[in-house]
Amino acid sequence: MYSEKVMDHFTNPRNVGELENPDGVGEVGNPTCGDIMKIYISVKDGIITDIKFKTFGCGAAIATSSMVTEMVKGKTIEEAMKITNKSVAEALDGLPPAKMHCSNLAADALHKAIEDYRKKQAS
Amino acid sequence: MRKVYLDHSATTPVHPEVVKTINHYLTEAWGNPSSIHSFGREARKGLEEAREKVAALMGANPEEIVFTSGGTEADNMAVIGGAYAREKDGKHLITSQIEHHAVLDAFKYLEKQGFEVTYLPVDEDGLVRVEDLRNAIRDDTTLISIMHVNNEIGTIQPIEEIGAIAREKGILFHVDAVQSYGKIPVDVNKLNADMLTASSHKIYGPKGVGCLYIRKGVRIPSYTHGGGQEKKRRPGTENVPGIVGFGKAAEIAAQELEGEMKRLTALRDKLIKGIEERIPEIRVNGHRTKRLPGNANISFRYIEGESLLLSLDMKGIAASSGSACTSGSLDPSHVLLAIGLSHEIAHGSLRMTLGRDNTEEDIDYVLEVLPEIVERLRSMSPLYQRKETCKQKECYAHVQ
Ligand code: FES
Repeated sequence: MYSEKVMDHFTNPRNVGELENPDGVGEVGNPTCGDIMKIYISVKDGIITDIKFKTFGCGAAIATSSMVTEMVKGKTIEEAMKITNKSVAEALDGLPPAKMHCSNLAADALHKAIEDYRKKQAS
Repeated sequence: MRKVYLDHSATTPVHPEVVKTINHYLTEAWGNPSSIHSFGREARKGLEEAREKVAALMGANPEEIVFTSGGTEADNMAVIGGAYAREKDGKHLITSQIEHHAVLDAFKYLEKQGFEVTYLPVDEDGLVRVEDLRNAIRDDTTLISIMHVNNEIGTIQPIEEIGAIAREKGILFHVDAVQSYGKIPVDVNKLNADMLTASSHKIYGPKGVGCLYIRKGVRIPSYTHGGGQEKKRRPGTENVPGIVGFGKAAEIAAQELEGEMKRLTALRDKLIKGIEERIPEIRVNGHRTKRLPGNANISFRYIEGESLLLSLDMKGIAASSGSACTSGSLDPSHVLLAIGLSHEIAHGSLRMTLGRDNTEEDIDYVLEVLPEIVERLRSMSPLYQRKETCKQKECYAHVQ
């Protein structure tokens, strides 16, 4: 039911783990099925230089977390803010309809991490 | 790669002897059992022999067996038919919260038709408390339906006792025995069952066939209209190849029952013990001893069932899970919630159900690969990490 890309990211997830002194952290829980995702980012000169994730969830949730970290690494935070659950799902060659909500988790966690970073910058 | 099938409660491979029998009735004895010529008579003979075998494995008379398209149809016939059969005496029905959806959803349907249903809770092992049942019975209670063995956690209900109460009160009693029939002793008289559901594909027979036992003297209305087959209780030309396959499967199950029970209980205990020894922070779901021989259901904290199943599948191991992420509805298993598990713990549940082809080596293989998989998924889990960095209970109390 999953594309090869999903299975690849599930089997060999990129950027799993956490950052020691992150500039931003985003955590979201999935109201649909109860999963949890956490994303850590390091930002330098407006660019996401490092990113890690941890996910408690299904295959699609793990694959989308992995994909999102790969997509935004080295990108500016403005570019990262433009990432949507759709673009993550597309990058994975699609997700089964019942699994689209899992990709929300990844995009939301990323955006929250950026918000957290911005808040810290402002204070 | 080694292939290990541990999903026998979902379905079983058809026994080679059963395949042979079915084949004969597809290619040689393909007549319509209602025809009076030799072709029809041969099919009829096979059909009635199958009925005897299926009946014998539950201590019933062959006339009390109605063949159906499977467990779901039989459950619906029993629950809906049973409720309407006694409608004049009352509209209160009793079942449990952990029934299969074929029973639960039939009751939900009846609620919409104006019946009132009590869904009995279960204890943390998944057992219905007989006291609760007694207290739920009212003057207008007409039907009780309780499953023999739960399909997810394998808990065996005190059906004899429940049946005795139903009998004493004159209430119709239906037992969904889909997960017990052919796997542990099932005797309609000992269980005091008025109706009992069994299925073929859970006992190495073909899919698409099952039966409802209806005790002699119990009348339930039929909702299918047509020919006179199955004494009009289930009209339509009989699925002869399926039914004779079911009969053969029942015959083999009867011969192997005792030996398989012992063998599977030992394998199951080895599996559960092995996991307990190798993997910390797990929970065995279901009753430890009042349990289907081949059922192991275990929750692994901090991880999610679907990712566990995918990982096991990549190692050739087939199992199932009660996780919300594996259900179409995205709700965790109603059974796991009913035994008091939190969403998170239900999330990490793994059901492994053993069967006749499983060996010691299969269990050794699972015990070899499972700990690594759990460890890998835990290392990716934000909940697990939280626990490592903070030893204080409060930090992860929310996952309990
Ligand atoms: S995270 Fe639960 S279904 Fe994907």
